[in-house]
Amino acid sequence: MAFPTFRSRPQFSILLASLLFLVATPAAAQDWFRTGTGLGVEKPRVAVADFAPRSPSSQPLANIFSTVLRADLEFSGIIEVVSKSMNPLQSPSVPAELRHAEWNAPPADAHLLAYGNLSASGNDLVIEAWLSDARNAQAPPVLGKRYRGEVTDAEIRRFAHQFADEIIARLSGGTPGVASTQIAFVSTRTGSKEIWAMDYDGSNQRPLTSLRTISLTPRWSPDGLRIAFTCYGLAGGVTSAQICLYSMETGKPMAFMRYKGTNSSPAWSPDGSKLMFMSSMHGDPELFMIDATGSNLRRITYSAGVDTSPAWNPRTGQQVAFISDRGGLPNLYLMNADGSNVEKLELPDMGYVVDPAWAPNGQLLAFSWRRPNGNYDLYLMDTASRQIVELTRDAARNERPSWAPDGRHIVFESTRTGTRQIWTMLADGTQARQLTFEGHNESPNWSPK
Amino acid sequence: MRSRSKYALLSLVVLILFAGACRKQAVAPPPAAPPPAPPAPARPTVTLQASQTFIQRGDGVTLSWSSTNATELALVPGIGRVSPEGSTRVTPADSMTYTITATGPGGTADMSVRITVAAPPPPPPPPAPKATIEELFRTNVKDAYFDYDKSDVRADARDALARTAEFLRSHPEIRVVIEGHCDERGSTEYNLGLGERRAQAVRQFMISLGVSADRMDTVSLGKERPFCTQSSEDCWQQNRRGHFVMAR
Repeated sequence: MAFPTFRSRPQFSILLASLLFLVATPAAAQDWFRTGTGLGVEKPRVAVADFAPRSPSSQPLANIFSTVLRADLEFSGIIEVVSKSMNPLQSPSVPAELRHAEWNAPPADAHLLAYGNLSASGNDLVIEAWLSDARNAQAPPVLGKRYRGEVTDAEIRRFAHQFADEIIARLSGGTPGVASTQIAFVSTRTGSKEIWAMDYDGSNQRPLTSLRTISLTPRWSPDGLRIAFTCYGLAGGVTSAQICLYSMETGKPMAFMRYKGTNSSPAWSPDGSKLMFMSSMHGDPELFMIDATGSNLRRITYSAGVDTSPAWNPRTGQQVAFISDRGGLPNLYLMNADGSNVEKLELPDMGYVVDPAWAPNGQLLAFSWRRPNGNYDLYLMDTASRQIVELTRDAARNERPSWAPDGRHIVFESTRTGTRQIWTMLADGTQARQLTFEGHNESPNWSPK
Repeated sequence: MRSRSKYALLSLVVLILFAGACRKQAVAPPPAAPPPAPPAPARPTVTLQASQTFIQRGDGVTLSWSSTNATELALVPGIGRVSPEGSTRVTPADSMTYTITATGPGGTADMSVRITVAAPPPPPPPPAPKATIEELFRTNVKDAYFDYDKSDVRADARDALARTAEFLRSHPEIRVVIEGHCDERGSTEYNLGLGERRAQAVRQFMISLGVSADRMDTVSLGKERPFCTQSSEDCWQQNRRGHFVMAR
């Protein structure tokens, strides 16, 4: 990993709480900040036993389930997953076979154990999965789930994600896991920029659009059923940037209003009823709002220069962060959704700020900041205290953050491998993980559920 | 015995006969002179006239002819056998020589007449081929380059646009799309806005130079269609521009 070693990387815990204890201390003569989060919070230690195949031929299927489940729990950021090599030799397939002492004792030292069995007969798949307290032999399992479906790798992955989310929700005080979520993004793999989607862990990458023009800036609707994006289409006899919608239900683009000029960067209101977007239909690029049904267009901003990249506060629905170059360089602004109360979010030095993204808690804003030294890095601002945390550093260009619905993860694009690819990380900047490898991939957006 | 005497008698007769024949040949009279030849038939004559010998394309002309001593008359091209005397109307598309040939017992005779067909006035020259206009466009239309993160028309861009405006004023039939382009720095979204601002700045400047507003549309391509793909200032400068495209 390309992160510098001099930066402290404390154990990460529940970000929402911990960021309130942020200590943002500008280091003398340096332009970054040192952070300390989640101090003293112990993560539960969870072991994942190999799931038992009910027939020898279903061994590979059981392996998929165990592997995906383990990866999901590791990714969650709130669980310490016991290394597989520490597991006792015998894996229980049902609660009656669990020998608590073996799992609770060193080297496994597990607090909790996930285990179960998988049977596949014909096209009928049944998975039984439990989570038990390894320290209490008397207690019934914390969780018991039975999944039934088709015998396909995709189905097994889906069930593993669901079981992982159950465990994560249990251990995180109710914040759901993100193992069943999707990430929309833009890829050049087919020769033109199209909208793609993938599972949150990078599997199942597939194109959604095939418009063969330029498709950009996908944004999931809050119900996850539509994606608004920037497309190129005819308006007034000229091909220009327009707002397009894609239906996840029908797998097809949907018609939407077209306007002369450049129309881009659609953002959903948290209730999914409205879209805010940039349009030059009146000349200067300004922000406009329209009902998702295509009616009730109204202009929101009035200022010389570019106003774009609206991001609707997902908690309040009243506040919108956006980017404007009305003061010279593009910078971060806040306003009410009706355009009133415009306020610049001042940053410590000259810079170039783009790509605002609200955390689900409606308090933290992630953004890309081009520093005077030419670096592009991701930062977080606590909009209440205005404190700033650096998330990436010295790893080429890092841009376009988007939050996972758990508020613990961020997906972004980075050129650290030499090509532009999609990465995820925990919201404290640790555990960076590359999701795409083929072609040029950008503009990720995490699905809301 | 009797037959041998008969042969002898026959031989004698033959001898006498031969002897007589020889004598007669010697006294045969000279052959008679041939009879005088009949008088030779008269040579045919033919005349061919045209009502006009100079016509406009599409006009008709009457050919008329008469002949003597002809048993067969042929008028070419395109008509064939005709009666000894007559007329016909022709409409030659191009200048043409008509020839009538009379054939009779006394020989042949012919006569030609040339009809000159005036070419119609030449069609107006086809509009200059498209490639030429496109070449002119390429040579005369200059893009405007911009500073980093700016959409003001620079001094060098003013000169370029003055040339462009001159060309467009002299070719009022040409419509243009002005594309705004940006370098790779900054976000996709911000650059779409900045590109639009650049395209509009170029359009406004062209309007101030007398190019009609309704001939110019603007489009922003942000940083999506770079002219140059390296990460260097030279390359970035290439990509920060208002680019003219001829509308079709």
